[in-house]
Amino acid sequence: MESLYAITTGVLTACGLYLVLRGRTFPVVVGLTLLSYAVNLFLFSMGGLTTDGAAILEGPADYADPLPQALVLTAIVIGFAMTAFVVILAMRARSEAGNDHVDGRKHEDREDRS
Amino acid sequence: MQHLIVLPVVLPLVAGILLLYRRQGATRAKRLVGVVATALLVVVGIALVARAAGGEVTYYALGDWQPPFGIVLVLDRLSALMVLLTAVLALGAVVFACAGDDERGSNFHGLFQWQLMGINGAFLTGDLFNLFVFFEVLLLASYALLLHGGGKARIQAGVHYVVLNLAGSSLFLIAVGVLYGATGTLNMADMAVRLGELPAERAGLVTAGGLMLLVVFGLKAAILPLYFWLPRAYAAAPAPVAALFAIMTKVGIYAILRVYSLVFGEHAGPLANLEQAWVWWLSLGTLVVAGVGVLAARDLRLLVAYLVLVSVGSLLAGIGMGSPAAVSALLYYLVHSTLITGGLFLLAELIGLQRGKAGTRLVKGRPLHQGGWLAGLFFVGAVAVAGLPPLSGAIGKALLMASAEGGQRAWLWPILLGTGLCALIALSRAGSTLFWRSQGEPMGLPLPRRQWFGVAWLLGASPLLVVLAGPVSDYTRATADQLANPQVMVNALLNDAGGTP
Repeated sequence: MESLYAITTGVLTACGLYLVLRGRTFPVVVGLTLLSYAVNLFLFSMGGLTTDGAAILEGPADYADPLPQALVLTAIVIGFAMTAFVVILAMRARSEAGNDHVDGRKHEDREDRS
Repeated sequence: MQHLIVLPVVLPLVAGILLLYRRQGATRAKRLVGVVATALLVVVGIALVARAAGGEVTYYALGDWQPPFGIVLVLDRLSALMVLLTAVLALGAVVFACAGDDERGSNFHGLFQWQLMGINGAFLTGDLFNLFVFFEVLLLASYALLLHGGGKARIQAGVHYVVLNLAGSSLFLIAVGVLYGATGTLNMADMAVRLGELPAERAGLVTAGGLMLLVVFGLKAAILPLYFWLPRAYAAAPAPVAALFAIMTKVGIYAILRVYSLVFGEHAGPLANLEQAWVWWLSLGTLVVAGVGVLAARDLRLLVAYLVLVSVGSLLAGIGMGSPAAVSALLYYLVHSTLITGGLFLLAELIGLQRGKAGTRLVKGRPLHQGGWLAGLFFVGAVAVAGLPPLSGAIGKALLMASAEGGQRAWLWPILLGTGLCALIALSRAGSTLFWRSQGEPMGLPLPRRQWFGVAWLLGASPLLVVLAGPVSDYTRATADQLANPQVMVNALLNDAGGTP
């Protein structure tokens, strides 16, 4: 299970990073979302992966660390708000600049000609 | 006053909620609430400094969950100083905004208060994850404040700023996760203890986590390869917001200072001071690049934004040297540079308002209506920020240079003095263009008194810092000693049975 989990997190991070580096705002927003998914998964695994464990300390028995779960909950809420904000911001940038490039312009050569 | 420590967080929160009451209208009431809350924050800051000055580390356990299990707010000399500095800066900015900037968009005062809440929380918290939460609070408020008033330049600068900081937040979470996985705690004092007894096979993991945190804090502080967002964002922000943002880079510097002095102090064995070499060389690089940027800026706001970068480089050089003397010098310089760059952002707005179409661009324009007063203030600000005697910049730089040892001198002295020279050249060129190269009739309206107050309040800090240089540097030296000895805080937090609910 560990390797599957690690591969999932890694692939999500790689895709997110690739998309964040794109030139248009929509892929960037999707990339940020993927990145935050990957981070949430990563954070979730930080207490160690446990199956069938209760989320409380019960002596030496099998238990799931509850703290990362609480942290992930906080991170999900914050990430959700941020995504909503960045979507609106991207739409405003699209309407103000007239195109959806993160720099607000298409290409240098095009601008020179116009 | 056992609840004093939580007031810098609760007060702006309550004020911000009150200010949400109506989105439009009720301007006078909103301004009153905003200014009164900020003024109260100054009073609270003074009380906190008075309480922390004795050297005792006190904490406030929220919900009476004792550390290391609960979330704590920790008050020591450093956090008290930073809270007071924030409040003083914010008072100047909010009074300035009351002259009309707050009515260009909605909810200015509410967002302003929440930003203060985030900043104060970040300064006071003793918990790594809570630091992340307060970073998010201050960032979310700053996103909205940066876009206050709208306009193409702001939106574009905002897109870069938001995307970059969201990516930074992801990295912050990863770093916190790694450190939690390796040490099993999030309380910074507890983490410091656990690092001392860390099994050798986890050292690599902690190093990776610690250096990832440095990247995150470096992004906030605008260290060399991560500063490209700063000049555009700061130059595009509305003046009172840009003035408040002067403290935002210092939040990053505070976080570096706090986390690495407490968690990665001497007791951490092989992991001790793992950030120092990185910070030292990158700070020198930041200084060089900022010097070039200052010379190349063709707009007064952009020029001041690069001056912020110069101050960041100087402060980080202090961290890079790491000795208590250097930390003491950097704290003095931090107080000075925050207030002066904040004041210069406000002053740039005033100059732009009176020059009509030319605005803050460094081109020939109309003469200023109140040119004499503005030029006087600009002169004071320029002398202070370039580090010329007799104002506070000279004292801060002299302290920094005096604290350099041996080989560090050969690097720090020429670079720091050279950057100062760049700033001096750029500022004198800007000043002569703005005030002397003019033609036509002065237009502009007389400026409102609130704006004058905001500028004078912040720039007046420089002579005040010279007069009070003795007490202030005594305080910063005591702060540096406290930081160099993290055991005091660890004992206060973990071995103290008492505590306040």
